[in-house]
Amino acid sequence: MSDLLRIENLTVHFDTDDGAVEAVDGASFSIRPGEIFGLVGESGSGKSVTALTILRLLRPPARIVSGRIAFEGRDLLALAAADMRHVRGARISMVFQSPRTSLNPVLPVGAQLERVIRLHAGASAREARERALAMLRECGISEVERRAAQYPHQLSGGMCQRVMIAMALATSPRLLLADEPTTGLDVSIAAQILDLLRDLGHRTGASILLITHDLGVVAGLCDRVAVMHAGQIVETADVRRLFHAPAHPYTRALLRSVPRVDREFAMEPIPGAVPSLLAPPPGCRFASRCPVVMPECRIERPAVTLLEVDHTVSCFAAVTPVRAGAPAEGGDG
Amino acid sequence: MLGWYVAKRILLAIPTLFGVTVITFALTYLLPGNPALVKAGPLATPEHIREMERQMGLDQPVVVQYGRYVTGVLRGDLGESSMTGRPVLQDLMQRVPATLELTLASLVVAVLAGVPLGVIAAVRRDGIVDHVSRLLGVAGVAMPTFWTGLLALYVFFYALGVAPPPLGRLDNSVTPPMTITGMYAFDALLTGHWRALGSALHQLVLPALTLGFSVMAPLMRMVRATMLEVLESDYIKAAWAAGLPRRTVIYGDALRNCLIPVITILGVIFGFLMAGNVVVEVVFAWPGIGNYAVTSLMSKDSGPIQSFVLFVAVVYVLVNLAVDVVYGLVDPRIRLH
Repeated sequence: MSDLLRIENLTVHFDTDDGAVEAVDGASFSIRPGEIFGLVGESGSGKSVTALTILRLLRPPARIVSGRIAFEGRDLLALAAADMRHVRGARISMVFQSPRTSLNPVLPVGAQLERVIRLHAGASAREARERALAMLRECGISEVERRAAQYPHQLSGGMCQRVMIAMALATSPRLLLADEPTTGLDVSIAAQILDLLRDLGHRTGASILLITHDLGVVAGLCDRVAVMHAGQIVETADVRRLFHAPAHPYTRALLRSVPRVDREFAMEPIPGAVPSLLAPPPGCRFASRCPVVMPECRIERPAVTLLEVDHTVSCFAAVTPVRAGAPAEGGDG
Repeated sequence: MLGWYVAKRILLAIPTLFGVTVITFALTYLLPGNPALVKAGPLATPEHIREMERQMGLDQPVVVQYGRYVTGVLRGDLGESSMTGRPVLQDLMQRVPATLELTLASLVVAVLAGVPLGVIAAVRRDGIVDHVSRLLGVAGVAMPTFWTGLLALYVFFYALGVAPPPLGRLDNSVTPPMTITGMYAFDALLTGHWRALGSALHQLVLPALTLGFSVMAPLMRMVRATMLEVLESDYIKAAWAAGLPRRTVIYGDALRNCLIPVITILGVIFGFLMAGNVVVEVVFAWPGIGNYAVTSLMSKDSGPIQSFVLFVAVVYVLVNLAVDVVYGLVDPRIRLH
């Protein structure tokens, strides 16, 4: 199956007075039609920047240094601004992490939904209204007529996110970027929102790029996963493979940091923080936090290595298992 | 709901206005000079002056004088102008439309220039428009209006000859339109008196530009600052992500969310203009309440001055009320009760 989206060697810098912050560094991954692709990592690892780059929504001081984003056979980074506008919201749409502030506070939510439908589907006002109400209903909102006339501040956070999802999927996009869509929602509401995303994704055939720091969400929802650390993709794998045989020490550390009831040993936080991306040292960016660090890790950046089908890793230790210590500890998942 | 809110606010304004009457009364009471002396004229004998004082109630205790003043105000009696010899209320009512017309025209100038400049300055931050508008804003605030007014007259009336002479609201050869609102441009428009409309607008241009220029800066800076904040917000990011056209995002979504602070500043500017265009009215011989207040002050005519201050206070109270009501109309999150 050919890829819907293929990101190759994407590098994004933020220019500051002290130099360039290397927010995304040589990231490559691809998303297939109809799949849910997870992008995980700690805060500040460059997940959101990657998503915004796909839609070309980054503004100065952010700068795309290099890379290619192929979507439906076109390079989005080379597209004219007018053509890009017909991709945004129509072919690729996005759901943000703070539903209550992502809707315009002075417009009724129904009107916000309708105008997007009219814009991209060229529907009449009447058709747009019917489609908007149908979409709200499909997103699990009851009394849609009344809800559509309300303003964002009159709706709960979960309700707002349902509206955002309705807006994102109303134009039948092929790719939905969901940037931590459950942040700030109750656990039960968050679960409902994620179920909704999965159901609608399957029904419409849209692929979803799900950005999250929650490995539980990844396990329950995603088909394949990329793990991001300090602007670099360190491991990409099928979701089962990632949980059963994580290859990168950072992935293993992430898995160990998840509190679980079915495990006798306690959760372990990852030591240190994401290193400064302002002129980072050469070599692996995880080296300063890595339990199995080797001398070459600090000198050279490990290449992307294909371990088996659908499983790549960028780590010297992972490809020389003799010196890697105990790679089996993640295998209990 | 709205009517109840307005009624409550007006009731709440009454103590404020009473406070204002104390101040206006004290102001003229403490002002040096004897109004009886002015009214009696330069040739009056001391007996004549004392007689005048008794007639005007100036020999009474302060509290009694104040009481008479307030009861007069409540009955709509603002005293008599010794300068015009007519009731002050009548004088004011005749001049308010002139001031209102000039104020509204200046406000239009300030909005037409300030809002787009503020928007462009925010959208293209640190661009050429941002820098030029900042310079214009500083110049507008820093240069006193009597100077910019005179400069405008020198250039457009004296040197270029495109502006009319600064002699009031209409050319002498034009008959004023029938009085409906008292504002010539409006009345001329309503009655179809095109010659008067042309002349009224012609006369308005320079004073309105002078005043508009002086108050444009705070509006522009406010629009710029709020736009910068709004453009960074999540819902604007979401609007871009939805592929909405640039014009819709900037002028529809972003600017609409800037309205609250913009309306606040417009209210302040309106009140400021009603009271503060005194100097410009004098420069352009504009027969408004500012001009009236200045002439009265020159001749120690206390009634008109008191009434001018009181009138301005009432205007401020009403403008604040109007601003609050408009808040409720433009922002669904605000409910008036």
